[in-house]
Amino acid sequence: MATEAAEGAAHGAEAAGHAAEGGSALAFHPMDQFMVKPLFGHGDVGMFTITNATLWMVVAILAIIGLMVLGTSRRAVIPSRSQSIAELAYGFVYKMVEDVTGKDGLKYFPYIMTLFLFIVFANFLGLLPMAFTPTAHFSVTVVLALAVFLTVTILGFVKNGVSFLGLFWVSSAPLALRPVLALIELISYFVRPVSHSIRLAGNMMAGHAVIKVFAGFAAIAAVSPISILAITAMYGLEILVAFIQAYVFTILTCVYLKDALHPHH
Amino acid sequence: MEGNLAHIGAGLAAIGSGAAAIGVGNVAGNFLAGALRNPSAAASQTATLFIGIAFAEALGIFAFLVSLLLMFAV
Repeated sequence: MATEAAEGAAHGAEAAGHAAEGGSALAFHPMDQFMVKPLFGHGDVGMFTITNATLWMVVAILAIIGLMVLGTSRRAVIPSRSQSIAELAYGFVYKMVEDVTGKDGLKYFPYIMTLFLFIVFANFLGLLPMAFTPTAHFSVTVVLALAVFLTVTILGFVKNGVSFLGLFWVSSAPLALRPVLALIELISYFVRPVSHSIRLAGNMMAGHAVIKVFAGFAAIAAVSPISILAITAMYGLEILVAFIQAYVFTILTCVYLKDALHPHH
Repeated sequence: MEGNLAHIGAGLAAIGSGAAAIGVGNVAGNFLAGALRNPSAAASQTATLFIGIAFAEALGIFAFLVSLLLMFAV
């Protein structure tokens, strides 16, 4: 631990030297923050290694449990602060599912609520200084998006049988155009998990990387006031983006679910 | 200053972020124009607004991704 700190200090001094030379060298690489490292020791990262990603996912889940279980355990008529936040979150997602998928989509509300809470907590906890953002990693968001894609596809076939394929046959279009449209619809259906996952991970990664780039400029005296202002502004934007991306991921899940339950155009 | 053609490509791919900005601005601006004409219908359409913004933005994120791949993976 001590040697690590010493190394870090030496590295910092070296980087400061570079910056002082009038250099363009950043004190650290903007993508370093996304490195997955083992939490204990310095070994390789294997399948079951406990890494910083594991830590922050566990922290997110514990925070969700803390808010939703402990917050609502008293069931007060006049809600406390944590209880009213839990109620707001529940009502928000419930209304979203009801509005987009209709009454029969409410059966799947627990899954969508879980997705929303996990993403929103992972995003917000990732904004803490020195924290790690699991949702900035494609490996995490691809699993979430593929789970949604597989669930929705299987559900569509179970609920509607072969008529689920009517999703690709746009019956309101002229007959000659329908095969072409079917091909386009088919491609867009299979691109869904790709864009669904890349949107979340890309947004989180881009925002954090931009903040780190400005933080690198803060070491250069001439531009440091501007870059500190820029960090503050970007941080405010990131708080907004953290929520909006969770919202978008959830509402797209609802849209895909609606397509599975009511495949006819 | 060192670099190679991949870095130039990465810079060109970043133009896509500007294109996505135009797209997102179009969606939000048109929503606002519609919402000011008929404020009572605006609240019911915010979900559509966010879906539209998300679709426009995803393509900008693809450009960002291409740029990242060119910087670090090529």
